[in-house]
Amino acid sequence: MSDVRMFDSRPATAVDAESPLAVSNLAERARRSAADPGVTLRERAFLGHLILRGGAIVLDEAVREVLGVSLPARPGALVHDADGERSIQWLSPDEWLVIVPEGEAYSLEKRLRDALGDAHFAIVDVSGGQTLVELSGPRAREVLMKSTPYDVHPRHFPAGKGVTTIFGKATAILRRPDEDRWELVLRRSFADYCYRWLVDAGEEYGLAVEASGR
Amino acid sequence: MFHIYCPYCEEHREEEEFHAKGQAHIARPADPDACSDAEWGDYLFFRDNPRGIHHELWVHAVGCRKFFNITRHTVTYAILETYKMGEQPTITAESLARGEKAGNVQAASGGQQTVGASDAAVASVKGAQA
Amino acid sequence: MSQSSSQPNRLAQGGRVDRTRKLTFTFNGKRYTGHPGDTLASALLANGVDVVNRSFKYSRPRGIVAAGAEEPNAVVQLGSSEAAQVPNVRATQQALYDGLEARSTNGWPNVQRDLMGSVGKLGGSFMPPGFYYKTFMAPASMWMTYEKYIRKSAGLGRSPVESDPDIYDHMNQHCDVLVIGAGPAGLSAALAAAYSGARVILCDEQEAMGGSLLDSRETLDGDTATRWVDAAIDELASLDNVTLLARTTANGYHDHNFVTLHERRTEHLADVAPRVDGRRQSRSRLHRVRAAQVVLATGAHERPLVYGNNDVPGNLLAGAVSTYIRRYGVAPGQKLVLSTSNDHGYRAALDWQEAGREVVAIADARDNPDGELVEQARAAGIRIITGSAVIEAKGDKRVSGARVAQIDIDGFRVAGKAEELACDTIASSGGYSPVIHLSSHTGTRPVWRDDILGFVPGDVTGMTPAGGAHGVYALDAVLEDGVAAGNRAAEAGGFPAASVNLPRASAHRESPAVALYQVPHEKPTLRAPKQFVDLQNDVTAAGIDVATREGFESIEHVKRYTAMGFGTDQGKLGNINGMAIAARCLGQTIPETGTTVFRPNYTPVTFGAIVGRHCRELFDPERYTALHEWHVEHGAEFEDVGQWKRPWYFPRTVNGKKESMHEAVARECLAVRQGVGILDASTLGKIDIQGPDAREFLGRVYTNKWAKLAPGRVRYGLMCKDDGMLMDDGTTSCLGDNHFLMTTTTGGAAGVLEWLEIWHQTEWPELEVYFNSVTDHWATMTVTGPEARKLLAEITDIDLDKEAFKFMDWKEGNVAGVPARVFRISFTGELAYEINVQANYAMHVWKTLFAHGEKYDLTPYGTETMHVLRAEKGLIIVGQDTDGSVTPEDLNMYWAIGYDKPFPWIGKRALSRPDTRRVDRKQLVGLRPHDPKVVLEEGAQIVFDPEQSIPMTMVGHVTSSYYSPILDSGFALAVVKGGHHRMGETVYLPMVDGKVHAAEIVSTVFYDPKGERQHV
Repeated sequence: MSDVRMFDSRPATAVDAESPLAVSNLAERARRSAADPGVTLRERAFLGHLILRGGAIVLDEAVREVLGVSLPARPGALVHDADGERSIQWLSPDEWLVIVPEGEAYSLEKRLRDALGDAHFAIVDVSGGQTLVELSGPRAREVLMKSTPYDVHPRHFPAGKGVTTIFGKATAILRRPDEDRWELVLRRSFADYCYRWLVDAGEEYGLAVEASGR
Repeated sequence: MFHIYCPYCEEHREEEEFHAKGQAHIARPADPDACSDAEWGDYLFFRDNPRGIHHELWVHAVGCRKFFNITRHTVTYAILETYKMGEQPTITAESLARGEKAGNVQAASGGQQTVGASDAAVASVKGAQA
Repeated sequence: MSQSSSQPNRLAQGGRVDRTRKLTFTFNGKRYTGHPGDTLASALLANGVDVVNRSFKYSRPRGIVAAGAEEPNAVVQLGSSEAAQVPNVRATQQALYDGLEARSTNGWPNVQRDLMGSVGKLGGSFMPPGFYYKTFMAPASMWMTYEKYIRKSAGLGRSPVESDPDIYDHMNQHCDVLVIGAGPAGLSAALAAAYSGARVILCDEQEAMGGSLLDSRETLDGDTATRWVDAAIDELASLDNVTLLARTTANGYHDHNFVTLHERRTEHLADVAPRVDGRRQSRSRLHRVRAAQVVLATGAHERPLVYGNNDVPGNLLAGAVSTYIRRYGVAPGQKLVLSTSNDHGYRAALDWQEAGREVVAIADARDNPDGELVEQARAAGIRIITGSAVIEAKGDKRVSGARVAQIDIDGFRVAGKAEELACDTIASSGGYSPVIHLSSHTGTRPVWRDDILGFVPGDVTGMTPAGGAHGVYALDAVLEDGVAAGNRAAEAGGFPAASVNLPRASAHRESPAVALYQVPHEKPTLRAPKQFVDLQNDVTAAGIDVATREGFESIEHVKRYTAMGFGTDQGKLGNINGMAIAARCLGQTIPETGTTVFRPNYTPVTFGAIVGRHCRELFDPERYTALHEWHVEHGAEFEDVGQWKRPWYFPRTVNGKKESMHEAVARECLAVRQGVGILDASTLGKIDIQGPDAREFLGRVYTNKWAKLAPGRVRYGLMCKDDGMLMDDGTTSCLGDNHFLMTTTTGGAAGVLEWLEIWHQTEWPELEVYFNSVTDHWATMTVTGPEARKLLAEITDIDLDKEAFKFMDWKEGNVAGVPARVFRISFTGELAYEINVQANYAMHVWKTLFAHGEKYDLTPYGTETMHVLRAEKGLIIVGQDTDGSVTPEDLNMYWAIGYDKPFPWIGKRALSRPDTRRVDRKQLVGLRPHDPKVVLEEGAQIVFDPEQSIPMTMVGHVTSSYYSPILDSGFALAVVKGGHHRMGETVYLPMVDGKVHAAEIVSTVFYDPKGERQHV
């Protein structure tokens, strides 16, 4: 759709950037990490986040062409590309979340728009509005059980699934990319609250924080 | 705390994820200017308050953000059926009263809710199917 | 403190207590010892403590009656420090730990000598039956008089006045089968469901799982029943599809099989949760369980018989006597009289005798009992008086005797001369009541069964009762019922039924029970010694009799008249007896009388557990903008706007003195009017709108026109509901012909997005348009004031020339090296640029602005200054100047109403309703106080005639009011009836202190009325 104004929000020359969890003092929390942690948290900041809106049939072709994976049409489905760096997740019958490595969002949007041509769709860059936090460790599931009413039992939440649900008193996208990891996609303004919630919920199991930055 | 089948997410979710939006199937008059004040007032302000079967509009606010309809029993709180926008309920107060065939409530286009439905309500639905 | 090291009632052997270890505890300041495995109640009984409380109303001495959750009397205050105080703990459910400190909750000044006791002895004339009912029905002032006196003397426990040192948390659980209760039925149900492959949760409220098997006389596979219990628990614990929750009470059974379980994690260890490896652990945990199926294996509560003075300490349930002997190795007395209506009660007498104590007699209400237990008692040489019952207990602070007489149940009379038997303990059994409380929470009505003389649960979808809760009492049948229920539940979830190798339980020949509730006395009920039905609330048979005589025929009314079942025990012991008595008084059957409704929670739950971690810094989400840290570092005071933390103002410290809010706001206002200020406006809601029908959609949801807004332009819009009332406002920018960026109020962001979606999804799905929130993606910085252009020009490549970049234009470019969209819109009336950058880069841009802004004295300002500045310009804030009853016309914003738009936009039709056409509607105006020093109170009511007598005719109220630094006067916005046509008139604002302010109705625009400053 040519009448949509694309916008590359990343500076041509690098400037200081602050992820949504810059305020959360990760370095200090990392320093106090438990020696034998039951749960480990890691922020994966500055990834490219795009919201894709449109009909599944229309989008599928473009997504396969550009990302090399089929659009997950099943509710709750999450798929990754071959090297696991790019993912696309069903959010609603006409909405998907694409997460790609830092710096790829704008070019991806452009290629998708080119592929989609005049179809009715929307692509929205939300990279500045959310961040991704990874949970791992043997007690990660219990931390999630304290946090969300959604059933995170492996029978109900296998790898390759993702949902939008309640987190504490906020909301989050909860995903399970593989057997060993969980991912939370947090809205920027709620990120510190959610992070504090996680740190609190994880305390009894022994918590480690990996300060990752980029 | 209801357990509600979202017909779009195709699974049961906790009530916390939803917002209730009042009575379902209230269509905005196509030509408001042609409405009398009484008709417009009726559209704006007047709603049913039945004891028994009620069709309600809900939104999966923390989830797919889609609106859909719930057929709920206002006494037992049993949810008999959820169905998408644009669809019609297969279970109504009238259909239950007539005991007529309630259609295939397991149809993929709608969601049949069994958890939370009262035995009586389920029995009547099942009876209607038999 | 005196020391009592001996435990006179502790048996030399037997029970599940560890006699090799001693635990010390205090009760009412006196030190005692007990053993691991004891409850506080069993330890008190072991130490011969008879009186544990004073009764609620009559202040009579009360002792321990039961051994579990149904205990009405032994309700204690726990805690060794002020912060650790816990009220209303049932001593029968509190595990003993070393150092436990408990005291009675009732009894002022103490349980042994009680001032209130004399009131009770007068026959309770101070508080007759119906006291509460009549008090509440009387004028409210009467209750105020009684309340202090009643509360002080009744003392229902007290809350700590210091902060709780413990934490509590929640855990969300999901399962295919939740089994509530781990007695024989629950264990066998859990085994069956677990073997089927279902996800199973098994919870039990007691310290140990096993239920009735923990003190059973019966054998399983020829061995003690506890052997099988241990094996079953080991087996369940080894299965990874089973979660075992001990010390966990199912407290609430809510809609759609949502069950709340309260797990007491550390209450058996200490009164403050100990740390584990230095880490905090929650004292208790609320499990929020969504169960596909529930197996209700909650067992049954024994019913006491209702006879005269049945509340004197030493009157116990027969089953409780057995439990104390067999489970805790405690015989709570020396000489026992048993009064029973059934075979089961005989176990107490057999256990008592086997413990080496004397059974004086068994009063059996049946004429010819011949069950196996009866035969065993006869063979043991125990005297059995058939056709009789204990009609009255003797004694004051301890039972000293029992009056036993032949009774005629059908005739409700004593049939022979009473014989007084010397004893110190009376055990009674009137049969069992299935524990139906949880099923009742769902709203289902219990069903009376004559064959078991009890109510069983009504139908609940997804719930299967098993064992005692199902009215099944024989052990072999209970085990089978458990397996059947477990399988039924598993099969409902699509799992195959499994077989369980059940142990062999011997079947017993039983003689039928007789229906006996209230025992007749020689005197009529109203004159007989008090026959207690509800011990916790001091409700007697006579009280129920009076209630029915006064015309209360519904059991729910009887309940409210007498307060039966209103205690923290919810009448677990007394309710069925009460219903039976009401039924007899009314001459009807129990099922005709019906039952009262049990409500959550089954047993009291501490508020901490209900709150969980949603407290203190996690009470509610605090939403931060990308610039939050800067605001904190620069001393901002914050204001809560919804969940957002927004800088309210930035007080400076001048000569060592911190500015007041008034001083800071005045300085910030003048900086914007005369230099340049900057506001973090990131909290404004932002919605990205794409699609060929985006423009059409905007035209339908906004009151004004959007057809011709060109790319590069911005427009202010009003959004109404279909009733014509304003719901939100904001600017929307045309980014491309099919692409718009809508802003909403901070508080309205989520609501507006849902509003757009509901219209799109339900009414106009044919419109091709998508809405997405981008609120968090963008950070927004408003640079405003006469110097704004000069400052921004230093760090942007955008042409800021006033012709090239006009008011209500937006441009793209770089600001501080970061791609930005800059909107030339103004909420201050001054030259203003709203800079939007991706939030990750916002801090860099903000700091760069300050680096360059120093020479302009760039001043950060907060929401308070924003409010003053916008009000000086007459710009409204939705929700402050409007309240859901204000139309755009009421705001005099006709310029923003597109009456001739082709589509009947939302809100339009309502503007021609008679009510919205009224000329005397409250309309927004400006108010200029006659005294410029006066700042009117927001919310102050307005009158036209200050001389009118009270009640005065109120014609409006102040919506916004501030001191204006630039005008050096107070000013206000207000809604006034017909205000638009009253310009120049004087209105009056009578204040609470008697002052009356006068103010002139003026235009809402107080500063720069021509709007020249924002166009420079």
